[in-house]
Amino acid sequence: MSVKAARRPPSKGGGAAPFQALFWRLPWLRAVLLLVPPLGWFVFVYLAALGLLLITAFWTIDPFTTQVVESWNLDNFRIILTDPTYWTIIGRTVLIAGLVTLTDAVLAFPFAYFMARVASRRVQTILFAAVLLPLWASYLARVYAWILILNHDGVLNWSLQKVGLPAANIGYTNVAMWLVFSYIWLPFMVIPVYTALERLPESLLEAAADLGARRWRTVRDVVLPLVLPGVVAGSIFTFSLTLGDYITPILIGGASSNFIGNVVYANIGIANNVPFAAALTMVPVAVMTVYLTVAQRLGAFEAL
Amino acid sequence: MEGPWTRLGLWAWSALILMFLFVPILLIFFYAFNSSNIESWPIPGLTLKWFTATWNDDTVRTALGLSLQVGLVATAIALALGSCAAFAIHRTSFFGREAVSLLFILPLALPGIITGIALNAFFSFSGVSLSIWTIVIGHTTFCIVVVYNNVLARLRRTQGSLVEAAMDLGANGFQTFRDITLPLISTSVVAGCMLAFALSFDEVIVTTFTAGAQSTLPIWIFGQIRHGVLLPEVNVVVSFVILVTIIPVVVAARLTGGGAARVPAAR
Amino acid sequence: MSSAEGRKSFWRLACVSASAVVAITACGSSNTPTGSTQAPPPTANMKPPTSVGAGEGQLNLVLWDGYADKSWADPFTAATGCKLNLHPAGSSDEMVSLMKDGGGGQWDMVSASGDADLRLIYGGDVKPMNTDLIPDFKNFQAYFQSPPYNTIGGVHYGISLQWGPNTLLYSTKKFPTPPTSWSVIYDKANQGLVTVPDNPIQIADAALYLSKTQPSLGITDPYELTQKQFDATVALLKQQQPLIKHYWALATDEISLFQNGDVTVGAAWPYQTIQLQQNGGPFADTIPQEGATGWADTWMMATKAPHPNCAYKWVQWVSTAQVQAEQAISFGETPVNSKACAQMDALDAGSCHQYHADETGAAYFNTIKFWKTPLSTCDNGSQNCVPYDQWVSAWTTIKG
Repeated sequence: MSVKAARRPPSKGGGAAPFQALFWRLPWLRAVLLLVPPLGWFVFVYLAALGLLLITAFWTIDPFTTQVVESWNLDNFRIILTDPTYWTIIGRTVLIAGLVTLTDAVLAFPFAYFMARVASRRVQTILFAAVLLPLWASYLARVYAWILILNHDGVLNWSLQKVGLPAANIGYTNVAMWLVFSYIWLPFMVIPVYTALERLPESLLEAAADLGARRWRTVRDVVLPLVLPGVVAGSIFTFSLTLGDYITPILIGGASSNFIGNVVYANIGIANNVPFAAALTMVPVAVMTVYLTVAQRLGAFEAL
Repeated sequence: MEGPWTRLGLWAWSALILMFLFVPILLIFFYAFNSSNIESWPIPGLTLKWFTATWNDDTVRTALGLSLQVGLVATAIALALGSCAAFAIHRTSFFGREAVSLLFILPLALPGIITGIALNAFFSFSGVSLSIWTIVIGHTTFCIVVVYNNVLARLRRTQGSLVEAAMDLGANGFQTFRDITLPLISTSVVAGCMLAFALSFDEVIVTTFTAGAQSTLPIWIFGQIRHGVLLPEVNVVVSFVILVTIIPVVVAARLTGGGAARVPAAR
Repeated sequence: MSSAEGRKSFWRLACVSASAVVAITACGSSNTPTGSTQAPPPTANMKPPTSVGAGEGQLNLVLWDGYADKSWADPFTAATGCKLNLHPAGSSDEMVSLMKDGGGGQWDMVSASGDADLRLIYGGDVKPMNTDLIPDFKNFQAYFQSPPYNTIGGVHYGISLQWGPNTLLYSTKKFPTPPTSWSVIYDKANQGLVTVPDNPIQIADAALYLSKTQPSLGITDPYELTQKQFDATVALLKQQQPLIKHYWALATDEISLFQNGDVTVGAAWPYQTIQLQQNGGPFADTIPQEGATGWADTWMMATKAPHPNCAYKWVQWVSTAQVQAEQAISFGETPVNSKACAQMDALDAGSCHQYHADETGAAYFNTIKFWKTPLSTCDNGSQNCVPYDQWVSAWTTIKG
């Protein structure tokens, strides 16, 4: 380090030379200058907004004009914690989010494995493009297409009847929501898993084989643990996106398909009860904070 | 390493997944020709009238234009801020680094509705009226995360020794950045920008809460889905967007998925 | 507006609204005649313009699905140059929410129903309009020139538009003869084949049904329910919940549900029936013997409307007999312009009588229980009626 400090940068730098020297002596200065703009954005816009939301959760509204009344109370939290309806809704949301995450992990893994380790370079590119392309087809249009597939006279029942099977009435049910969510977020799971598998050095697998491990053992003991951060990274998206979604339940949900997002949206966009909606959003915030802490321990942040 | 049966199984699985991914999209293409404005199966009839209707529809152009503007501006700002953040986090370890990297994940990790209503409350509290700029602010917030992730991931995989070697050979900081670092990270920057743009282009939840009377494309689509009379126009527009983006997406796939930065040996 | 000013207006508005609520609840229901002792609405002293200037080129509307159909919207844009930017809302609450803070400087007009009007007026979100600027105003039926839901103290906070019922929509294949009672949507035999709107005001529909089928509860006004009546109604709706395939939030939702065979009966607006019939489907609607709830709509102008001239031009346009007739037939509602009847029959013979735009209108009007905001003050002056925010939270528990 001292060798570098003694060496003067050549004069090619011109006017930037004093800055270069400054950055060499005080490396943290460069980091601070680089960090201030993005951090400033996050703190003064994003965190400020989140903080305001948290504060609003402790206020109430005038029931007639729905204007926010800044009187501090815990009513909103009390209602959420004591009314069993909200626990049902929260439980249902978390359960389906978990199921979707598991489903996507199972669906994505063999596909990503194929892409990363079996497919040729050209097929790899085509498949990767094929996974990215649905992200450009509007989320709304894709969900709407699923309504067409799943409803009573839709593609699914029509196909089943053509082969003589009974109709599967999964339109407007929680099963439909699980299916559609798994479909929509699948690319978000495939990409990190594929990246993780791609980075897996061939030499490790060869070493395992040399030591006598058979295929399945290698997958279980070598591949899976190394790919786990990628899976967890993908799961952050699938879990959080399902946790907060309200559009798919509105379009394709049945009678008992209310998600946390629906109640929040109904309270914000319809009842204009911002404080209550804010209080309710603290639940997914809490859930995701726990999830993210666990994910960070499992190394998911390096695998995003 | 994989035996022939395993390879066959993986081929079959991948084919099924591809079908799963693309059947709804094929339906979207198909129903752009729907003669009725109510979507039902089997399709009642085929017509080309929706193509001309969409072409003549001013609201579509406005919405498409607004989405492009918002996407480009948000991606540009995100490119600057996200790259700065990635460099800062990568180069230095400082107290609170874990917390800051957690902070930078939040906009994507927290559900969009939270970001949306938080920003909405923030804007109405500070008296900022909703406009294209509030939409841009909302989109930039999560676009920064995407660019940051991609650049940071690539930075982690580049060998620091290359930079030091350049320095030893006499290059100053700027030259090293321009000739060594930038080429190494360029593909991840492009990929990050493309992904950020894609997310911004299709974003509906945060936009619902940060837009005033402006309609980006997803907002327009949602309005059409509610209204119902011009539903096939939605399919026409979405089909158009897919076809237009095939080439850029393939290019992006080559840049990132091609394994250009494969690690030669276990670190 | 700086945040300090913003908070001061918050307080000012809150105080005025609070005193307005006190005044309203002290004086009774929304049908109080003008000249009462209620505190005036916040925008009462805003003088409307005396003439309509040149169009600003754009008009941002919050409205019900189907209220700006291309057939009468496109000629409007061609004639005035005002391009329409539409934001359909699924419920009155959504409209009130969008119009908060005087429309936020974003929205020009809202097609508010009776349960939104007073909240908008007393919230200061809409401002008085000059009826002299609407040539067809003199042709409106007398009641709709100054109805109590949009005219307060002689000041017009909007121009009446159209009115209509919430109907029972059914598949003629499943029900060859029209159902005579709302009981079909509460009948276990129709499990999984029913749909109702995803709107807390639906509680009033259930209350209306109970007022006829369980007279011992003593429900007279479905929007003014004592706690006991409210609980009984909520219990009925919870019993109904397993029968519901999907609570429709958008008109197209319901159209899709019926078209694709997912439901065979449900509560609807006439608009859905017309769309389904135009598509050739076997569907019809009816008003059962227990009666129906309904809505009477008003075009109101946002306090901070950015395009007031285009707004007045729009109201002028949709108040003409021709457009009133077109909209009535398109949506299945009743126009307020007395001269629309002839036009309706010219467009679709018999439609004037079908939608009660003729002399049968007055009697028909009295059978409908129009949407209004449930307040804690009942008609008889007592304070134990269930207010609307409890309807909203009850609705969440009903849907589960």
